[in-house]
Amino acid sequence: MTRRLRAFAAFWYDFVIGDDWLVAAGVAAGLALTYALSRTVVPAWWLLPVLLVLLLPLSLWRATRRH
Amino acid sequence: MGNSALFIAVFLACAVEAVEATTIVLAAGTARDWRSAATGTGIALAVLVVIVAVLGPAVSDIPLRGLRLFVGALLLVFGLQWLRKAILRASGHKALHDEDKIFATQLSAAGERPRRQVGLVPDWYGFTLSFKGVLLEGLEVVFIVLTFGSNQHDVGLAAVAAVAAIAVVAAVGAAVRAPLSRVPENTLKFVVGIMLTGFGTFWGAEGAGAHWPGSDAALLVLIPAIAVLALALTAIMRRNAGRQRPAAVTGMPAAPLNTGAAAEGGRSA
Repeated sequence: MTRRLRAFAAFWYDFVIGDDWLVAAGVAAGLALTYALSRTVVPAWWLLPVLLVLLLPLSLWRATRRH
Repeated sequence: MGNSALFIAVFLACAVEAVEATTIVLAAGTARDWRSAATGTGIALAVLVVIVAVLGPAVSDIPLRGLRLFVGALLLVFGLQWLRKAILRASGHKALHDEDKIFATQLSAAGERPRRQVGLVPDWYGFTLSFKGVLLEGLEVVFIVLTFGSNQHDVGLAAVAAVAAIAVVAAVGAAVRAPLSRVPENTLKFVVGIMLTGFGTFWGAEGAGAHWPGSDAALLVLIPAIAVLALALTAIMRRNAGRQRPAAVTGMPAAPLNTGAAAEGGRSA
């Protein structure tokens, strides 16, 4: 039973989080910051694109460093 | 986002998943038993239809803003993971996705198992192999259809695009009865990674309360900008890979982007 639960959790972790947890964490943080910024008078649309420009190279750098 | 953009995005994403499922079914049919492989495929498709019938109306009932936040977050995570793998493959840091190799591996593994009849299924291993393959890849198709379709209030059109992609790939697979290695799957995945990231960014930000300048027209800037970023990163990493690890040593040649074997992503690959 425990093994099956663990396999189930591992499947969903792999399906949603994938190879680099930093990507998922970065996206969650980016959306939270976008929400916070949208409550102010400052435009919030630019935050996720900026995050992409930072997050993608960082994740690639981590992947190449690992190999 | 117009109907044609919705259709193209869903069609391409689902075609990629269909190629992977077809490879598994072809391996199960070739190495084991065609009837069992076909039965496994049919039952998996029936399960997927039930999942769509149950989840479809439920997803459509979620308030649009909440839906866009949830779907945007998932698409953004998926898209970035696809792009990450695609760039690593295109730059020679990761081996290219090879349907021929996957087919040979599946064929070899399938050939080693003893044949066992269960009920009306002549070969249980062939049945479960194709059932699992179609169900897992199909779940991704269902996710794509429901998320793209419900966000654009047109699940029907998204479903038609998915069925069209699956029908085309399945027809080609049935005709050639060989792995679809000539499909530029790596390039397709590079493109789909860009689209998923673009739509994920757009919907995620909208769901979180941001307003895009130009509304839907922002996608026309966002998606090409992500494509430029991905291509630039690929070029930089390919140059670095060439300096640090010659292809002859790594055994992983960088795929030229202009020949259609660019890149590949996708957690299921």
